[in-house]
Amino acid sequence: MKEKIVLNMITQRAIEEGQAMEKGKTTPEYFKACSIVEMNPEDMKKLGIWRNTNVRVTSEAGSVIVKAIEPTQYVPPGLAHIRQGVWANQVVPPRTQSTGTPQYSGFPVTIEPAIDERIKTALELVQGAVGLWKEGGN
Amino acid sequence: MPKWITQVGCPYCGSSCDDLEVLVSDDGRKVLETRNACVIGNEIFHHASSPNRPTRPRMRQEDGTVKEITYDEAIDYTAKALLKAKKPLIYGFGSTNCEGMSAVGRVAEKAGAVLDNCASICHGPSFLAIFDNGYPSCTLGEVKNRADVVLFWGCNPMHAHPRHTSRYSIFPRGFFTTKGNMQRTIICVDPRETDTAKLADIHLMIDQGHDYELFDAFRTVLRGHDIPDVVAGIKKEQILEAAGKMKNGRFVMIFYGMGCCHTDGRNHNVDIAISTTRDLNSHTKASIMAMRGHYNIAGPGQVWSWQFGFPYCVDLSRGTHAHMNPGETSSIDLAMRDEVDCFVNVGTDAGAHFPIEAVRHLKKHPFITVDPNICMASEISDLHIPVRVVGVEEPGVVYRMDNVPIQFKKVIDGPDGVPSDEELFDKVYERMCELTETEPIWILNRGHAHGSSTAEQ
Repeated sequence: MKEKIVLNMITQRAIEEGQAMEKGKTTPEYFKACSIVEMNPEDMKKLGIWRNTNVRVTSEAGSVIVKAIEPTQYVPPGLAHIRQGVWANQVVPPRTQSTGTPQYSGFPVTIEPAIDERIKTALELVQGAVGLWKEGGN
Repeated sequence: MPKWITQVGCPYCGSSCDDLEVLVSDDGRKVLETRNACVIGNEIFHHASSPNRPTRPRMRQEDGTVKEITYDEAIDYTAKALLKAKKPLIYGFGSTNCEGMSAVGRVAEKAGAVLDNCASICHGPSFLAIFDNGYPSCTLGEVKNRADVVLFWGCNPMHAHPRHTSRYSIFPRGFFTTKGNMQRTIICVDPRETDTAKLADIHLMIDQGHDYELFDAFRTVLRGHDIPDVVAGIKKEQILEAAGKMKNGRFVMIFYGMGCCHTDGRNHNVDIAISTTRDLNSHTKASIMAMRGHYNIAGPGQVWSWQFGFPYCVDLSRGTHAHMNPGETSSIDLAMRDEVDCFVNVGTDAGAHFPIEAVRHLKKHPFITVDPNICMASEISDLHIPVRVVGVEEPGVVYRMDNVPIQFKKVIDGPDGVPSDEELFDKVYERMCELTETEPIWILNRGHAHGSSTAEQ
C-alpha cells in the first residue's frame, strides 16, 4: 500500500456526462456523472482504497477532490479517466504545444486518498476560482 | 391536438441527425415527446421548455448577485464593452446556427476582436494538419453506402455521437453494403476498452499518447517493410492483421477524434493519419473524417473562411486584415498570456470546458455570456444574455461533421421577447455604429441583398 500513486490522466466524453450537461450543469445528475475518476482496481489496491472513496487528484495545474470508481469502460492499470467537465478542468494543464488546444489527455497526476474531504459542486469550483462563491449560493 | 413535427434536426452532436420527430403541445410552446433522438438529443428538446430558463438578461451587481435588465440595456452594455476593449475575444459557437455566426463576424470586425470557436480546444489541430497535408474526405452518405472497413481512432461514438454507428458507420445497410454490419470490419484504436471498442472486430489497445508511432507502423507495413515486435504496446501480429483487413477492404473509412487532437503530438497525429489514408489509396479506396463534436461546429469554419479567409483563431484586431496563428491567436493562449481585455462567450460554456486557470485570467475583464441556458460561464459572467435555442426555437443552416449543410427547423416558439443570436448581434452591431457615428454598412448591404432577392421573386 502506498500513500499516493502517479497515473496518466485522460479526460474525455461520456454519454452520461452529455445527457446531464444538457439537463443543466447545476443539477445533481451532472455532479454524479462528472465528479468521478475511473481507475483500474489494481491501482486502487496499490493506493489502499476501496471503490467509491474520495481521492485528491493533483496535476501541474491544480488539484480537485473526486470519487474514485471502478471503470465503466475498462481502463488499464496506469491510466485514469475523469469525464470532461468542471472537475476535469481543475487539473487539465492549459499548455497547448502552440496549437491552441490544451493538454486534455495524457498528463501525469498524483492520486491520494482523501476520505474525509468533501467533493465541491460545479458552481462552487468555478465561482470559487474567480472569487464569486458564497456559501448558500448567490 | 398536439402535433407531430417530422424531419427535425437535432442540435447536439456532429452527426446532426435530421430524422427526429417531435410532439409539440396545442399552443406550440412545449415539447411533449420525441422519437428517434438519442438520450442527449431528447434531453435538449425537453430542457427548452424548462420553467427555470432565464428569459431576460441578468447583470451582476457589486455584491455578486444578479439583477434582470432589459435587452436594450444589455445590447448597450455589450456594444460599449466591445468598443472600449483594445483586444476583445469572442469565443464559442459550438451550438448556434450559421446565421448567428455570420452576425457575430460583423460585430467582431467592427470591434477589432479575436474571433475563435470551440475547434480551438477540439479539432483545431485537425485544421493545422489539413492545411499541411490535405483532407481526402467524403460524406457520411458515402460511408453508409460504401465503407466495409471502418476504423475508429481515438474516438468513442457510442458515447459522444450516440447515433453515428446506427446511421452511418457500423450498422446501416447501404447501396454496396447491403448486409449492414455483417459486411463491415470494425477496427478500434483506443487506450480504453470503450463501448465502441466492444463493438469492434479488432481492438488495438494502444499505449496512451503513442498514436503517431502506431500510425507510422501502419504506413511502414502498407509500404511493405518490417516493423518491431511491439509498437505502441500493440503486438506486430495484431498490426499486420489490421493492416491486412484495411488493404483488402473495398472502401476503408478512418474516423478519428480527440484521442489524436488532445494528446501529445496534436496536429502531427492527424497529419500522419491523413498520410496513412493516402498510402491506403495505393491499395484500395480510403477516406478520413474528423469526428466533429457539435451539430454545427463545422459551421464557423465555413462561415468565417468565407467572411475572413480563416476557419478559427481569426485575429481582426489589426483593423486592416485578418490574421490567424494558433498558439498566438488561440483563445487559451491569449487568456493565459492575459492578452485580451473583454470576453464574450457565445453558445458554449467556457466556464466548464476551459482549463480553470484560463477562466481565471479571462474573468479579470468584462465577461459576457450569450447562451439560452444557465451554465458555468453564465454564473460567473458580468452579463448573461439568454437567446432562443437553435434547432428547437430557431431555424437555421448547420454544417454536419462531413461539411454537408442542413437546414434545421424550429419546432416551438421561444419565450416572448427573447431574440435569436442573429437578431441580438445585429442589434449590437447597430448600437456600435451609433456609438461610433459610423454607417452600419453590413446591415444596409444586407437590406439591399434581401430587397433585390424579393424583387427577383
